[in-house]
Amino acid sequence: MTDPILTISRATKRYGPVHALDRVDLTVEEGEFLTLLGPSGSGKTTLLSAIAGFAPLSEGRIDLRGRDITSEPPEHRDFGMVFQGYALFPTMTVRDNIAFPLKVRKRPASEIKKRVEYCLGLVQMEDFADRMPSQMSGGQQQRIALARALSFEPQVLLLDEPLSALDKKLRADLQWELKSLHDSLGVTFIYVTHDQDEALSMSDRVVILKDGRIQQQGVPDALYNHPRNRFVADFLGKSNFMDLPVRGREGDALTCAVGDTQFPVEAPGAEVRGDVLNLALRPERIRLGAPGEEMLDGTIRQVSYLGERCLVMVDHDVIGPLLISQATWKEGVTPRAGLPVSFGWDSDACVVMEAEPA
Amino acid sequence: MFRMSDALRYWFLVLPALAIMIVFYIWPLLGIWQISLTEPKPGVANYTEMFDSTAVQTSFILTFRIAILTTIGCLILGYIVAYVISNFARRAKPLMVALVLLPFWVSVLIRSFSWIVLLGRSGIVNDTLMATGITDSPMRLMHNEFGVVIAMIHVMLPFAVLPMMANMRGISGAYVDAARGLGAGEWTAFRQVYFPQTMPGVMSGALLVFVLSLGFYITPALLGGGRVLMISEYITYQIQEFLNWGLGSALSVALLVATAVVIAIAARFVNLRSALLERN
Repeated sequence: MTDPILTISRATKRYGPVHALDRVDLTVEEGEFLTLLGPSGSGKTTLLSAIAGFAPLSEGRIDLRGRDITSEPPEHRDFGMVFQGYALFPTMTVRDNIAFPLKVRKRPASEIKKRVEYCLGLVQMEDFADRMPSQMSGGQQQRIALARALSFEPQVLLLDEPLSALDKKLRADLQWELKSLHDSLGVTFIYVTHDQDEALSMSDRVVILKDGRIQQQGVPDALYNHPRNRFVADFLGKSNFMDLPVRGREGDALTCAVGDTQFPVEAPGAEVRGDVLNLALRPERIRLGAPGEEMLDGTIRQVSYLGERCLVMVDHDVIGPLLISQATWKEGVTPRAGLPVSFGWDSDACVVMEAEPA
Repeated sequence: MFRMSDALRYWFLVLPALAIMIVFYIWPLLGIWQISLTEPKPGVANYTEMFDSTAVQTSFILTFRIAILTTIGCLILGYIVAYVISNFARRAKPLMVALVLLPFWVSVLIRSFSWIVLLGRSGIVNDTLMATGITDSPMRLMHNEFGVVIAMIHVMLPFAVLPMMANMRGISGAYVDAARGLGAGEWTAFRQVYFPQTMPGVMSGALLVFVLSLGFYITPALLGGGRVLMISEYITYQIQEFLNWGLGSALSVALLVATAVVIAIAARFVNLRSALLERN
C-alpha cells in the first residue's frame, strides 16, 4: 500500500466550550472515495472545512503527502471544493467560472480553453458554456460547480453535501455520475453528507461521526453488517435493539434467551461484559412465518406497504414491538394487522453492541 | 350595506396623499414652469439668457464637479464602512449601523456649522496645525470648494453606506471561500468575485448621492460663504436678491431636467426598481 495522501492527527476544534471536533485521527488513501457521514452537529462539515483550510484547527495537524499544511491558507492547498449551495460566481458565465481556478494559476490561454472544454464535457454541459449561473437549474449548477472544482486537476476534491438541495430522482442520477467520475479520474474524493444512502452507494470507505468523534469507519457493507455501537446501527439503516440475558458461552458461540426460548448468537470477537447482551437485529434479517413455523410467536400490529417491500410491526410479549422488513414478492404469509404469526432469524443475524462510551 | 370595489378602495387610500402632492407640489411646480416662460414678458427670453450667461454655465459646471467629487468621496469611504460592517462586525454591528444613521437625526444646519467650527480661520484644525508648527499662517479650508466637498461628503455618507450595506448583506461568504479554495488569494478573491457582486449597491449609492448633491443648498451655502455658488444657491440669489423670478424659474427647470437626464442615463446601468424600492 502507498503512503496516505492526507493524514489528520488529533484534530480538535473548539467553539467556546463546545468541541466541534474532538481528537480526530484519520488517514485518507490516494484515489479513494471517502465519505464523512453524520447527523447535523456531528463535526463532519467542520472536519471538511479544516481540511480545506477555512476553519483553522484549535489543536492537531494535517499532513498532505508528508507536508504539514495545518496553517496554510486555503489557496495554497490545491484542493477542489464543491459547496452545498454551489457558490458559482453570479457575475461570471459558466465558462469564466470554470476558467477561474486556471486563470488565478496563470495558465496559458490556449490551455485554459482546452481544459474548460474538457471539463464541460466531463459533466455533459458543453451547450451551457455561455450561460449565467442564474439561468440554470440546481442540478445544472451542481455539474458546473463540479467541473470548476476539477478544472485545475486538484489533488483532492472536497464535496460538502453537494446533492442535498436537489430532488430525490436527480440526486440518484448524480450519485451514479459522481461515482463514475471518481472511478475514471482517479482523484481522491472526500465527501460530506448526512444521507446514509448516498454514503453507502458511492463510497469506498465511510467514516461515521457523532459529537466531533469518529464512531466507526470502514467499507460500506462492513459498517452495515457489523455496526459497533447502537448509534451506528441506528444511523445506518434501521435496527431492532434487544437487551437479552446470556445463558451460555462456548468460544464465539453464545446462547441467548427470549423468555423460555433459547437461541444461538454467533458473535466473533464480541466483548461480553455481565450477563446481558445488547443486540442489534436488522429488520430484513427476520423471517416471518405461519404460527408455529418459526422460533417465536407474535401478533402483527401494523403493516406499512412500500412497493418493493413492506414493513411489519410485530408485537411479542417479552421483546415488545419488532420491525420486520419483508420483500413483497415473496410467497407465504400476507401480512395484515391482527394476524398471529411466528418469526425467527439465523444465528449470525444478531450483532452485539458495544456499551456506549460514557 | 355599500361595498367598495377593490379599485375604488385603492383610490380612496391613495387620494389624500395624492391630493396634497397635486395642490401643494405639482401645481406650484407647473407655476414655476409658467413663470419661466412669462416673466418679465412672454417668450423664451429667460432660457436664451440662461444659455448665454457665463455665470450660469460656471455655476452648472461647478455644481456637477462638486457633485462628482462628493459622490466619489462617499463611494470610497462608504464602501469601506459598508464592507467592514457587513463582513467583520459581529457584536458591534448594531452599534456601527446606529453610528452610520446618527447624522440623520442631527439637523444638516448643525452639522454644517460644526464644520465651520472645525475648518474656520481660527478653527480647531488651523489652531492645531499652527500650534504644532506645521503651518505658520491659517490655511483656507473653507469658503472654497475644498470645504464644501468635505462637508458634503460627511452629510451624504449615509446615503452611500445604506444601499451598499443592503447589497452586501445579500452576498454569501461562500463565494469568497469558494474563490480561495479554488486558488485565489485574498485580494484576487475580493477583486474578481466579491467586488463585481457589490456593483449594484455601488451604483445605487452613487446615483442617490449624486442626485441629492446636484440640488443641495444648505451646506454649500454655509461652507462656501457665497464664494462657491452651486446652482441652488444661484437660484436663491436670483429670486431673493435680484427678484428675477423669470431667470430663477428657468434655472429651476434646467436643474430639474438635468437631474432627470442623470436618472435616465443611470437607469440604463442600474436597476432603479431594486436600487431605490426594494432592499435585497
